[in-house]
Amino acid sequence: MNTKAANSGSGQTQSGRPARLSLADWMPKIVMAPTVLVTLVCIYGYMIWTAVLSFTGSRMLPSYNFVGFDQYERLFNNDRWMVALSNLGIFGGLFIAICLFLGVTLAIFLDQKIRAEGAIRTIYLYPMAISFIVTGTAWKWLLNPTNGLEKMMIDFGFENFKFDWLINPDMVIYCLVIAAVWQASGFVMALFLAGLRGVDGDLIKAAHLDGASTFTTYRRIILPSLKPVFFSALVVLSHIAIKSFDLVAALTNGGPGYASDLPANFMYTYTFTRSQIGLGSASAMVMLGCVLAILVPYLYSELRGKRHE
Amino acid sequence: MKKIAFGLTTVALSLAAATAQAGEVEVLHWWTSGGEAAAINVLKEEMVDAGHTWKDFAVAGGGGESAMTVLKSRAISGNPPSAAQIKGPTIQEWGDLGFLTNLDDVAEANDWDVILPQVVSNTMKYDGHYVAAPVNVHRVNWMWANPEVFRKSGASIPTTWEQFIVEAKKIKAAGFTPLAHGGQNWQDATLFEAIALAKGTRFYNSAFIGLSDKTLRSQDMIDVFDTFKQMREFVDPGFSGRDWNIATSMVINGDAAMQIMGDWAKGEFTAAGKKAGIDYVCYPAPGTSGSFTFNIDSLAMFKVDGKEKQTAQKDLARLILEPKFQETFNLNKGSIPVRLNMPREKFDTCAHSSMDAFLASSTTGNLVPSMAHGMAVNSMVQGAIFDVVTNFFNDESMTSKEAVDKLARAVKASM
Repeated sequence: MNTKAANSGSGQTQSGRPARLSLADWMPKIVMAPTVLVTLVCIYGYMIWTAVLSFTGSRMLPSYNFVGFDQYERLFNNDRWMVALSNLGIFGGLFIAICLFLGVTLAIFLDQKIRAEGAIRTIYLYPMAISFIVTGTAWKWLLNPTNGLEKMMIDFGFENFKFDWLINPDMVIYCLVIAAVWQASGFVMALFLAGLRGVDGDLIKAAHLDGASTFTTYRRIILPSLKPVFFSALVVLSHIAIKSFDLVAALTNGGPGYASDLPANFMYTYTFTRSQIGLGSASAMVMLGCVLAILVPYLYSELRGKRHE
Repeated sequence: MKKIAFGLTTVALSLAAATAQAGEVEVLHWWTSGGEAAAINVLKEEMVDAGHTWKDFAVAGGGGESAMTVLKSRAISGNPPSAAQIKGPTIQEWGDLGFLTNLDDVAEANDWDVILPQVVSNTMKYDGHYVAAPVNVHRVNWMWANPEVFRKSGASIPTTWEQFIVEAKKIKAAGFTPLAHGGQNWQDATLFEAIALAKGTRFYNSAFIGLSDKTLRSQDMIDVFDTFKQMREFVDPGFSGRDWNIATSMVINGDAAMQIMGDWAKGEFTAAGKKAGIDYVCYPAPGTSGSFTFNIDSLAMFKVDGKEKQTAQKDLARLILEPKFQETFNLNKGSIPVRLNMPREKFDTCAHSSMDAFLASSTTGNLVPSMAHGMAVNSMVQGAIFDVVTNFFNDESMTSKEAVDKLARAVKASM
């Protein structure tokens, strides 16, 4: 570092050198400072503010009359919130499981040195490039019973074909799963494909020499070594599931009734359209809790892993 | 040389005179669609003619959700606009927080108490003082019908909900969708409120303004839910989440026979080149011909600093209720003027009948605020009612008795 600065400043006077050196020392800190500040204020600051608001009786505007855990009590007595929470359970669970399964399967298939791999990979990965709003709108048309899939099948001659999940309060949540899986499984595939390519070739050759079949090699050797990839995928997917808002807004708008509400939509509705900032903040804190429940064990295992190295 | 100097002085003097009283108004609104933008432009031009500067603060988004979010953040940071599109009980909420300014002098100088029906002027007042100026009146309890579909299916226009069910069955048998509907909570509520209104304005007021527990649990309310549930079989399977204007286009295209929707639907018919009374007809929603559920847009005035700004704000309030603006704005918007006894030649037949009903109902006490459009109750109670109504409409297993019970409990919990 010092020699570099000295070299580049060879034309400068002697007295200029110490100042330049200290500037160079300070540079990284100066460059990083705004980002750190913005992150501290705009992410952690507002997080704390939301936490404070969730203990107040704020309605239309934030106010600071503290009411203890009242808002949380109201929240968990709210029928709609319970629907949203259980929806998150169903949606999150299925979405993550199906995405992981499909992603791994696709990645393994693509890993077989097939022809036109690049093209196929792009096809599967492409949905990720589309926003959830577009995905939601497209699937809304596809799943609409009067002009989507159902109509197509009836036009093909299957008179009794019925596919009305989108308007069925019991099934609508699975529509969200379908659309979200369609969007995100390509991304999981890409993650795993990158992981698979990183596995040491010698290891695989050794396994083959030992007489292991391709299936066994994947099951016993390659996939277990992809644990970090698996965890990354899991964390990203659960984030997507918990913060999922735009997909619901575009695909079902929480309907029919509020059968397909997710916590993020609940939070938005109560905070911004129903003037219940306190209640909305409480729901936001519960969502934060969900994220932490996944993130903390992950970070813990990551950091502990690092120490062992 | 002297002449030029004289000319310059005159220009300078007149400029000074203009700037002395000229102020700036910043108006937050969500009239961003074609007709709406044209409508608000009229006001803008009038303000400029009066020597003021108009700072447009339009935030797109149908029901104004995003606009309200922006307004809240501006208000918190101590920098609210001069005027904002706020309506109904929300005016009271803002008043409670102490943000609104007093317009009594403008109102008195321009006889607002005389030219506005009392139900309207009451919503414009906070604590007995005017704080907002009404822009237009929408009638919500309208039924839009396609006469061609009725002719083809041999049905007649229903005037009661019992009759509606009889006729709708005929229409359905003929292969048309009887009721064009979009399954969004406010549309469900619009339909629900029209059915409730058929039980009479006394019942309506007691249920949706008084929020009386007894009325909410009454047999009448159970009947309302029963009728409401029956509508479920008259909508097509694709209704869920459909936008209101798509539903209107079903009536325009002749796929559906009727739609229960406020008079903003007229804009869709007009845009499709249809003529009132020929290609489409408008009737009051069944059983509600003597009543009028209103949805009034208004501009609430915020406290602003500076004499010029305040003058400009007062001018804005005055201009909103001038006959000229009322006429041009409402012709563009599809609604009717809030002022009584306005010249009406330029309006179409649906607007005429709306004006008649407005005038008549304002004297008989049958002019009621629309619950579905946030005129009757605050957003929290409204949301609670929406949840129950829309869930009931979509949940096939819920009985009317359960719904009534849920409604009463939800309303109580949100008060």
